[in-house]
Amino acid sequence: MPTITYRDALNHALKEEMQRDPTVFLMGEEVGVYQGAYKVSRGLLDEFGEKRVVDTPITELGFAGVGVGAAMVGLRPVIEFMTWNFALLAIDQVVNSAAKMLYMSGGQIPIPIVFRGPGGAALQLAAQHSQAFESWYSHVPGLKVVAPATPYDAKGLLKTAIRDNNPVVFLEGEMMYNSKGEVPDEDYTIPLGVADVKREGSDVTIVCHAKTLQVAQKAAHRLEEECDISAEIVDLRTIRPLDIETIIRSVEKTNRCVVVEEGWPFCGVGAQVVDYVQFHAFDLLDAPILRVTQADVPLPYNKRLEKSAKPNPERVFDAVRQVTYRD
Amino acid sequence: MVQPAMVSGLNPDQAVFYRRLLRQLCLIRRFEERAGESYALGKIGGFCHLYIGQEAVAVGAIAALRDDDYVMGSYRDHGHALARGMSPREVMAELYGKVTGCSRGKGGSMHLFSVEHQYLGGHAIVGGHIPLVAGAAFAIKYLEQDKVAVGFFGEAAVNNGAFHEALNMAAVWKLPAIFIAENNRYGMGTATERASAVYDVATRACSYDMDQEMVDGMDVLAMHEATERAAARAREHSLPTLLEARTYRFMGHSMSDPIHGHYRAKEEIDEQKQRDPLHMFQQRLETEGIVTHEEYQEIEREIGAELDDAVAFAEESAEPDPYELYTDVYWE
Repeated sequence: MPTITYRDALNHALKEEMQRDPTVFLMGEEVGVYQGAYKVSRGLLDEFGEKRVVDTPITELGFAGVGVGAAMVGLRPVIEFMTWNFALLAIDQVVNSAAKMLYMSGGQIPIPIVFRGPGGAALQLAAQHSQAFESWYSHVPGLKVVAPATPYDAKGLLKTAIRDNNPVVFLEGEMMYNSKGEVPDEDYTIPLGVADVKREGSDVTIVCHAKTLQVAQKAAHRLEEECDISAEIVDLRTIRPLDIETIIRSVEKTNRCVVVEEGWPFCGVGAQVVDYVQFHAFDLLDAPILRVTQADVPLPYNKRLEKSAKPNPERVFDAVRQVTYRD
Repeated sequence: MVQPAMVSGLNPDQAVFYRRLLRQLCLIRRFEERAGESYALGKIGGFCHLYIGQEAVAVGAIAALRDDDYVMGSYRDHGHALARGMSPREVMAELYGKVTGCSRGKGGSMHLFSVEHQYLGGHAIVGGHIPLVAGAAFAIKYLEQDKVAVGFFGEAAVNNGAFHEALNMAAVWKLPAIFIAENNRYGMGTATERASAVYDVATRACSYDMDQEMVDGMDVLAMHEATERAAARAREHSLPTLLEARTYRFMGHSMSDPIHGHYRAKEEIDEQKQRDPLHMFQQRLETEGIVTHEEYQEIEREIGAELDDAVAFAEESAEPDPYELYTDVYWE
């Protein structure tokens, strides 16, 4: 199986879906002539032409709305936000137009659209460029929210998202685009709403998604090496709908849980996971569930401060030690 | 320049068409009066924005379109839905929140939808649907169709970024769209001159090198002709147009708002009512011998009976089943 980057996995998904379905098109800032701000759309303009790879003005609200309007009448747009930070300008279209159209039309008008782009922090981009919005979009009924952690998942999930008849918020990451993994050449899809056990273990469940998978993996490795603690890692892959069954199945085995996410703690994805686990598995828990999140602050520019604000393997390691009463 | 209020001389060959316009103006007027009554009785809830005074805009413009063109409107959308051919039954039932309503009781007054009539909503965030209109036009061009996408919105929406972003893209991509600003002079209670640096909405099109026209929105034929020109521009040359319809709202912003008060005087409304779009057109057709007074009274009687039926239908229709709360959230 070829080893490719997360970036190229997304590129292949877009290319294959555009080859498969002529109503799929890509629209966003710099997706065409410039070949993509992060090169996810590299080569697509050459293959599909400017009708289907559409460079937009810097007008997030506007082109998000154009995408929704096109989806109302038969197209399947993929709208690229250069980053999800800029998509705040478009959130009215994502929430008020895309997410609600089917419901308020009494089931008449589905919106098959994917809004995608990198989210969360990269390196020293400061407060306005370093935000993880998973919980914002996951709050909204009518949206599906996907955040793949590996190249394999990125390709399979993006293909499914494009084929879905609902609006899908697809969160990538600048820091993941260069990460590599095995991805088959052939067509495959991964269903939305299905988490994946990325590491088997017996002592603790670490729930994570997207960038925090690597954080969890590093922590799990060290826990094994240094403490003989066997951590199971559940990668959510899709935040909404959330695959609570896979989480509960893991907690049945481990009786302990730590939830890691890149976003802020208050009303975060982890808060929802904790709510589900306490409800479905209250009697199974041997310790309170702990959460590892970004610090509850706007992200600073200073490198040392920024690093201390992000979830890291050390904090996950410490949290696991705490729920396993090793401290 | 505002188009002359009355183009001189009607074409007798168009009598059937004129009668249809008259009937639609009358239907919307009387429908809105019934909606107001039902609202006052507590049978219609939420926000309810009546279209009384502005009927000629939707009727004239929509009469210039084909059945397969796309139409979207704002929250003041009853008139557009009816002009598009949706039945008074399904619209009234929607206002009543009944399952027989055009949006199965889930949309209400502000979210009327009918894919069958290519009426793609009732959208209730000011300006928010203007990019959707550009998007539908984008799809038309992408699919190489010869349809037109038409969006109605109030003049206050043109100070919103969504308006500018959509018009810029429509112009730069040459999209077959018609943007119709219904200038009724007030964004809720704020007079346009208090909110807009430039009073004439049509001139905003200059920023985007887009064709524009300012139209007497009280004159159904002027609206029809201007929209025909815009539709031809869209179909034949794939070019967008901004139309400004000068009109006036005879009622309050919504049923919860006063008709006059701090923001406008009763005298102003009385003066505007001298140019009532329904009465002007009715009198003109009578003056030119296209419709007799008796024929008009017959139209009124027919519409009265049709609305009796629509209200009874809405009253008698079932509420949505409780399980409908959870349907249509996602496409399964």
